[in-house]
Parts: sequence; C-alpha cells; structure tokens
Amino acid sequence: MFFNSLEDLWLMSGHGAFVWSCYGLFVGLLALNVWHSLSQRAQALKQVRAIARRVK
Amino acid sequence: MSSLDWRMPRWFHQMGSPKWFYEWGGRLQPWFALAALILLAWGMIWGLAFAPADYQQGNSFRIMYVHVPAAILSQSIFVTMALAGAIGIIWKMKVAFMVARSCIAIGATFTAIALLTGAIWGKPTWGTYWVWDARLTSTLVLLFLYAGVMALHQAISESQTAGKATAILALVGTINIPIIKYSVEWWNTLHQSSSFSLTEKPTMPAEMYVPLLLMVLGSYCLFALLVLMRTRTQILQTQSQTKWLTQHPDIEGV
Amino acid sequence: MMGFMLTIIRRDLLLIARQPAELINPLVFFVLVVALFPLGVSPEASILSQTAAGVIWVAAMLATLLSLELLFKLDHEDGSLEQLLLAPYPGWSLVLAKVLVHWLVSGLPLVLLSPLIASMLFLPSQALPSLMLSLLVGTPTLSLLGAIGAALVTGVRGGGMLLTLLILPLYVPVIIFGAASVAAGAQGLPIDGYMALLGAMLVFALMITPWAASAALKL
Repeated sequence: MFFNSLEDLWLMSGHGAFVWSCYGLFVGLLALNVWHSLSQRAQALKQVRAIARRVK
Repeated sequence: MSSLDWRMPRWFHQMGSPKWFYEWGGRLQPWFALAALILLAWGMIWGLAFAPADYQQGNSFRIMYVHVPAAILSQSIFVTMALAGAIGIIWKMKVAFMVARSCIAIGATFTAIALLTGAIWGKPTWGTYWVWDARLTSTLVLLFLYAGVMALHQAISESQTAGKATAILALVGTINIPIIKYSVEWWNTLHQSSSFSLTEKPTMPAEMYVPLLLMVLGSYCLFALLVLMRTRTQILQTQSQTKWLTQHPDIEGV
Repeated sequence: MMGFMLTIIRRDLLLIARQPAELINPLVFFVLVVALFPLGVSPEASILSQTAAGVIWVAAMLATLLSLELLFKLDHEDGSLEQLLLAPYPGWSLVLAKVLVHWLVSGLPLVLLSPLIASMLFLPSQALPSLMLSLLVGTPTLSLLGAIGAALVTGVRGGGMLLTLLILPLYVPVIIFGAASVAAGAQGLPIDGYMALLGAMLVFALMITPWAASAALKL
C-alpha cells in the first residue's frame, strides 16, 4: 500500500476531507440511482401483478 | 417504414421488440452488475490506497479516479440518449425511446458527480471551490442541457410525442456540445492566468493509469446495468396488457 | 414557395402592426435591464465600460427570449398553424419566414437601439461598429436557435420558462463570441476572426434550425 498506516490513508496528508468526500459522492449518488431503479421496478411489478390477477 | 429498413440486420429490429429486450436485458443484467462491482471496487481501492501520489498535487489527485470517469460518462450518455432518440424516430421503435428516457437521470447524475468532484478538487489545487475553468463550465452547461431534456419530457404528457420531442432536443444539444466546448475553452484561455488544467494527463505510469481505466470501464458497466433496469421497468409499465407479460414468470411466480 | 413565404411574412407583420405592444415590450425590457445594471452594480464609468459588452449581449439574449414564445403560440392557439403546416410547401419555409419576421421585429431594433445602450454603459465609442455588427450577425442566430425551442414547447403549459431553460445552453457560444468581439473592438483590436465565427454560426443555424423546428412543430 502507498500509505504507511490506515490513519495515513484516512488523513491523506491533509487532503483527506476532499478525497473522501468525492469518493463518497461518487458511491453515494450512484447507489441512490441503483436504489431508485430497484424501487421503480418493484412498484411496476406490483401494478402488473394486480392487473394480471384481475385478468384471471 | 423507412427505406433504411432493408439494410438493418434482423437482430436490430429484434431489439426493438419489448419482449425480446425484456428477456435478454434480464439475462445480461447480473453480468453487468458483477462487472461493475468488481471493476469499480478494484479501481477505487487501487486509486485510493495503492497508486503513488502525484508529484505536484499530492494525494488530492486521487479525486481524478472518480472525477474523470464521471465526466466521460456524462458526455457519452448524452450522445447515447440522442442516438437512441434518433433510432426511435427513424425506425419508430418504442424501446429506443424508452432507452433514451432511461439515460436522462443516469447521465444527469454522472454530470452532477463530475461537477461536484471537480469543484471539490479545485479547493486544494487552486484554493477556491469554483473556478470558471473551461471543463467545469462546459460541464455546468451540460447539466443545464440535461435539465432541459428532463423538463421537456415531463411537460409533454403523451409519451410518444415526449420521446420524439426530447429526441430532437437531445440531437440539437449533441451537435451543440462540441461547439459549446470549443467556445468555452477559447473563452477560458482568454481569461485564464495559469495554464494548469484540471485533468492534465501527462504520460502516467501504469500504476496510475490502470485504476483510471478500471473506473471508466466499471462506470460504463454500471451505466449499462441501470439502463437495462430502467428500460425493463418502462416495459413493465407499458406492456401490462399483453399476454407475454402477464404470463411471464416474473409476474406469475409470486 | 417564395410566394408562400412572402405571404406569411406580410401576414405576420400585419398582425404585429395591429398590436404594437408586442413589438415594444421586448425593447423596453432590453433598455430596462441595461438601466438596472448600474443601479445594482455601480454607476462608475470605469466599472461599467468593462462589463458593458457582456451586459448588452445578455440583455439582448433575454429580450429575444421574451418574444420567442409568441413565435408559434398565437397561430397554434387559433388552429392556423396546423393548416399552414398542411400547405404543400416544406415546413422549413414556414419556419424561416416566421423567424425572419421575428428578427425584423426584435433583433433588428436591438441593433438600432444599441448605440443608445452603449452610451448608457460608457462603452468606448470605438467599440460601436463591432457592437452593431456582432448584434447584426448574432441576433438572427438567436432567433433561429430560439425557434427550435419555441417549436418544441408549442402547446405545452408553462412553455415560456421551459423555453428559456432549453435554449440558454445553446446560446452560450453566441454570447461568448459576441461579447468577445465587442470587447476586442473596444480595445481597437481586429474583430475579423470573431465575425467569421459568428457568421459561421449563423450559416450553421440557417441550415439546421428551420428543419429541426418544423420537425418539432409537426409533433
């Protein structure tokens, strides 16, 4: 590893806040997208199932 | 029907069938998910903990590993969106319009990530959170373009018309993107005192370059996954009256 | 087809002549925006003259946007737009005719008003030719690009605001080079390059926008 310790990894010689917030944004916003896509699908499935049951 | 029809191979028209897309999309999804997870995790860990620090910027340059992929994706997704819309108009494919619509939110997200990470990167590099840097300004304009497409889509209630209208807007926007980039870059060199570029890519050693590649590939896989998911959801929403869907294992196997 | 276009041009000009308020409002807006600027920033000549080029161009853009919404709206509302599109002439000729009227009524007056505005903002007088020339070449481009937006939001509620959102990103190159040419003119530098670029943008817009706008109208 480039850093000598986990603490060094966290602090990144003073730039820690910037780097970690950026990675957090990347992961966070994309995870939000994935979650939203999943919940959209779940809702649509519920509706189609309701229609399918009525048709039967 | 367009006169271009006879030239297009069968698989092209097959893709336009909602049933076919739903099936194959569903089969491909897990693979894209796996690839995205592995590539992004690997890329981020490498970029954060194993790549050497930059000579000039120190550790803050690691932001590049999320900023650059986001910027690349923000532009490719816009072009993809416009292309999908064009296919929808020319070949009258509903699925193409659905794909275009799926692109809007994903592309806007990547653009926002590029913008925010770019601004945060600016602080340790240039001392301020916002600089009218050519790339950041162009990215801001791109975000406005996405916002415009989103707003237009929501304003038109009939989905077929909405698809066509946003396709026209996306196409006009795509033609404009290089013009906008050129003019903003030109404007920037006029006013910029320093010549440092935010994403300067000098010849990078492999240890620095490979994680970037991993991140870009992983981001594309994630994009593919999200487009498949969202398009299949739209298929669910619009095909609820069809037999193939109501009898599909996804629906019946409750 | 020329006859068709001339008929449209004459008809639209006549309609506007009956309601001159539509003609005057954007111009008043233009002058107002420019007048508000010193009130909000500073009345000092040194500060105003530096930003004058940009302020005038932004004000011109906003004034153009104001009048764009009406480009197709009135004809759409009384059903005549549909009839015109059914005419045996290409849709882009209709768009071109209407854009010409729009420019004659909003862009051209801006060009003619610009010396007055320039003096209000203490723009150096040697910048005046470049100001008028850049506006002359740039405002038609603004009208053309705006026509695409106007066509897309025809019949949509809240179209005005949406139109602005859609069009402004497309205006970025025009405003960059328009304002830059005026700034260069103020310093006595040559403006041929800027004019060439603005001219190229105009030609490009002339080729693409009537076609795109008519496609949008037919939706």
